[in-house]
Formats: sequence, C-alpha cells, structure tokens
Amino acid sequence: MYEKDGEKYYIFDSHLHFWDASPDNWVKGHEEYAKGWIECFHAYQGLGPADTHWTLEHFQKYSADDFEKDVFQNGGVDKAVLQSTYLKEWYTNGFNDIDQNAALLDRFGDKLILNGRWDPREGNAGLEQLEKDHAQYGIQGVKLYTAEWHNGSRGWKLTDPEAVPFLDKCVELGIKNIHVHKGPTIWPLDKDAFDVSDIDHVATDYNGQLNFIVEHVGLPRIEDFCFMATQEPNVYAGLSVVIGGLMHARPQFFAKVMGELLFWVGEDKMTFGSDYAIWEPKWQIEGFLNWEMPDEPQFADYPRLDMNGKRKILGLNAAKLYGVEVPAEFQVPGAADPAAAVGVEG
Amino acid sequence: MSLEARVIAALDTVYDPELDEPITTLGFVSSCVVTEAGDVSVRLRLPTPQCAPNFAFLMGADARAAVRRLPDVREVTIVLEDHYTGEEINAALGRGDDFASAFPGETAGSLDALRELFQRKALLGRQARVCQALLEEDGATPETVLARRVADLPDTPDAVRVAALRAALGLPHDPDAPALIAGDGGSLTVSDLPTWLRRARLVSLSLEANGGMCRDLLRARYGNSEPEEIAS
Repeated sequence: MYEKDGEKYYIFDSHLHFWDASPDNWVKGHEEYAKGWIECFHAYQGLGPADTHWTLEHFQKYSADDFEKDVFQNGGVDKAVLQSTYLKEWYTNGFNDIDQNAALLDRFGDKLILNGRWDPREGNAGLEQLEKDHAQYGIQGVKLYTAEWHNGSRGWKLTDPEAVPFLDKCVELGIKNIHVHKGPTIWPLDKDAFDVSDIDHVATDYNGQLNFIVEHVGLPRIEDFCFMATQEPNVYAGLSVVIGGLMHARPQFFAKVMGELLFWVGEDKMTFGSDYAIWEPKWQIEGFLNWEMPDEPQFADYPRLDMNGKRKILGLNAAKLYGVEVPAEFQVPGAADPAAAVGVEG
Repeated sequence: MSLEARVIAALDTVYDPELDEPITTLGFVSSCVVTEAGDVSVRLRLPTPQCAPNFAFLMGADARAAVRRLPDVREVTIVLEDHYTGEEINAALGRGDDFASAFPGETAGSLDALRELFQRKALLGRQARVCQALLEEDGATPETVLARRVADLPDTPDAVRVAALRAALGLPHDPDAPALIAGDGGSLTVSDLPTWLRRARLVSLSLEANGGMCRDLLRARYGNSEPEEIAS
C-alpha cells in the first residue's frame, strides 16, 4: 500500500521471482549458459538507480528474508504473483521452479499467488504435470517462456500444434491468465524469436476463455505488440522492464513508450510488474506514482495518466484478473461496475 | 587512406539489422587489428551473452564480407566474443559458411527473409522521422509534404538511409520517385497520412528505444561503449 497526496494505492505486483542462480545450481557442462543468463539479468539491474544495485553474488541467490524486506516491507506490495521459470538445461533444480517458489507460500501465503508453467515439447508428461501443479497449488496462471532450450530445441511458438492441448487444458482447469515472455531463440532459428504474431492467433482463438499478459510489452517488438493489443480484447501489457529498464535510465523514451501504450492499449489493460529481483519494487512504484507525461510539444498528442489510471495499472487491473478483492478505499471513486471490464476475470 | 582506415570505413557500412545502426557507432566492434601483411582480425561484442543468434550471425557475416571486399586484404578473421552460441557462429564464420551450417537441423531457410522484414521496419521508422521533419518546415502542409520527390530531400542521415533501404528492397528510389512511400512501394494519400504516420512513429520509437537499451546494457556489461582497441 502506498499513500501519496492523501490518496491510497493498492499494489499488485504481477511479475516477480524467487530464483537460485548460484554456482551450486549450475548444470555441469552448461555452466557458461547459467553464468551468462544471470549476468545478463544483473546487467539489466544496472539500468536502475545506483543505490539499488546488488553485488552479483547476492543477485545470484537471495533469501526469503531478503524477499520479505525488499517486496513487502520496503516495497509496500500488497499482493504479488510469483512466476515460475525452469531453465533446467542450465540450472539443476531450475531457475525458480514451482516447488522452489512454493517454499515462500508457508511464510507469505496471504500475500503471494503462485503461477506455474508448461512447455508443449513435454507432451503428455507435461500435461500430467500441469494437472498435478494445479491440483497441488490451485494455480490460476502460468508463465510461458518460448525461448527455453529443451532436448536440442531452442524454442517454440504458441501456434505450434503441440501447444493446443495445453491451452485447452488451461481452459478446462480454469487457469485463465497466460503470461508470455518472448526470448532470443526459437525454432527454427532463422525466424524472429521476439515475434508476437503467435500470441495474436491464440488470443483470437481463446477470446473469452484465456487472458494473455504479454510481459515486457513484447519488447523489443513493442510496435507489433501495440498493433496486436489494440485489436485483441484479451491481450494485456505487462509493464515489467518498461518501468525498471527505462524509467530511470531513459526517461524520455519511457515517456514516449508510456504514451504509445496509453494510446494503443489503454490504462485498463496495463499491469505493473517489478520483475524483482532484477529490480526492487520500491523505487519503481515511487517513481511511477511521481511520474507525469512531460509538458513538451513532442509529447503533446499522447494521452495523460492521472491518479486513477495509476491506481489501475499499479493494482486494480491485475487484481481483477486474479480475482483478488480490493477494499473500497483503493478503488477508483465512482467507477462503473468492475464486471463490465474486458477480459476473463478471476 | 591507410588500410586500417579503410577497414574501419568498411565496418561503418555494417548495420545491426534489428536496430538499423552501424555496428561501429553502437560500440559492437571491440577491436580491429590489421597486420602489415594485410591480415585483418575483428572482434565483435554484444550487449548481452544472449543476444539473438540470427542477428549476431548477420553482423559477423556482413563484417566479414565488407572487409574481404577491400583490395590488399589477405586473411580476415571475425570473432564474436562472450556469446552463448559464439562457438557455433565463429566456426561457421571461419569457414565462410552460412547460418544454416552453423546450426544444422535448426533452420528452415536462410536469413534473407529476416533481414528483409527488418529493412522494412527500418524504412518505415526512418520515413516517419523524415516526414516529421518535412511537416515542421515553414508553410508545410500534408499536400506539400506528399508532393516532395526523392531529389528534394535534405541531405540528412535519415534521408540518405531511406534511399539506401529503398534500393536494397527494390522499391522506387530514383530522384523523381515520391519522397515518402507506403510499405508496398505505392503512394500515400493525404487521408492515409495521419494513420500511417502514427504507426510509423511507433516503429521509429521502438527502434530507438531498443537501441538505447542495447547501449545501456553494453555499458553495464563492459563499462564503456567505446571500442577497447582499434589499432594496427
């Protein structure tokens, strides 16, 4: 919860992690990939304010106490979605698999929502695992990482025929929030791995059944993402990396990217995600609450974002997707019936 | 002009296909060594170890081709540093082979389609900036801007690059062709202009924002975006 100028804001962080990328968890023979991955993430942290930077050693593995301090105590996050990312070709026990993330539920179960994952290349075994994860943890969402390496394959697309049974299984089980994160590789390797047109296809096919939250707003393909999201009612813009990677490092670009997102996607379909532990939530939330579209000619035709828009982006939009009830004091005053909103609600 | 200077000038013509900027100004050339005998060794570095292998390969192969074209050059060695598919890419570059041979069984075609896709994005983004500049001139209207010809364009980097991209894509680029064209090479109308420009501006912003993030990540990774060593 944050308070600014007498207004209260409910904070729903829809994208964060509890990972172990320490050398003890690196797969023998694949150490360079495991090391490169976490060093790459660490470089991203360098785009935030200097006083929020961590040492690489701390960044590789942090404790549940660190998580509590950074996210809940200092960060003021009311509810957060832990995303699961496996990368088991590089990390022996996974980067942050569902069981590792679940270890935090014992301590912070009232504040955390746990998401699972699936990979269509795992076939029936993967479908069974998804059912088990759903039965054990009651997951409402999954995080899909299309650039994951698996048995010699360097990625997949949501339009691959093998993905259909998994999407259908999500509908059947009520796992309605599909977070998608594109990465630098895909099969075949000569295609653009960041292309979001596969999301466009499945969003149309599963409209009214599944929500697609495109993490990092499709960066580095924000233009394709915007052209898609403007047409698909069940596609959302996950702001992780936009705030963390641009707001401090490139404020002019940040303002323009926000302006484009507000124009094409709109404040009802944008969701805050800190991407912790890449960046701590506190400076992102405070900076976002203080941010205003610059009053300069080059920003003149972008929509403005007022405190009610910030309320939605920082908390209300994602809370709705996950069926989390937000007390009246945090709601947009005089808002229409929330059930009238787009998308499949929790 | 010394051979070293000509090698650098050749590398200036190699573009990051995704960002449409020269690899030299992006800071991707970490060293370039030219021996007296004319052997050239170029090392490339990227903002992250996980940058997309297809774009990384294109930059390496284009750098190799650009340097090999120079007279007086003997052996050319291009090495991509600190990259998670560097072994595969460097081996193929060393053999003078294509992307498919770097990743056998993992490709469905060549990288030509990928390159063309991004040339089209770059053209749209650059035309947005050219259009914006023309609209800001005194007395400009959508009608006067759309009546401009290639020959009327100012000698700005964006306008020069627009002409080069149009030529590369086989789109009209003769002096009498319209200064601004639609993606299929056809002409734009006054009623098309607002929507076209809104989309084109977003593409331009995307390319610029990605370039900015790449520079920031390169600096975070190597501490300095200036080349470490460009020497003979």
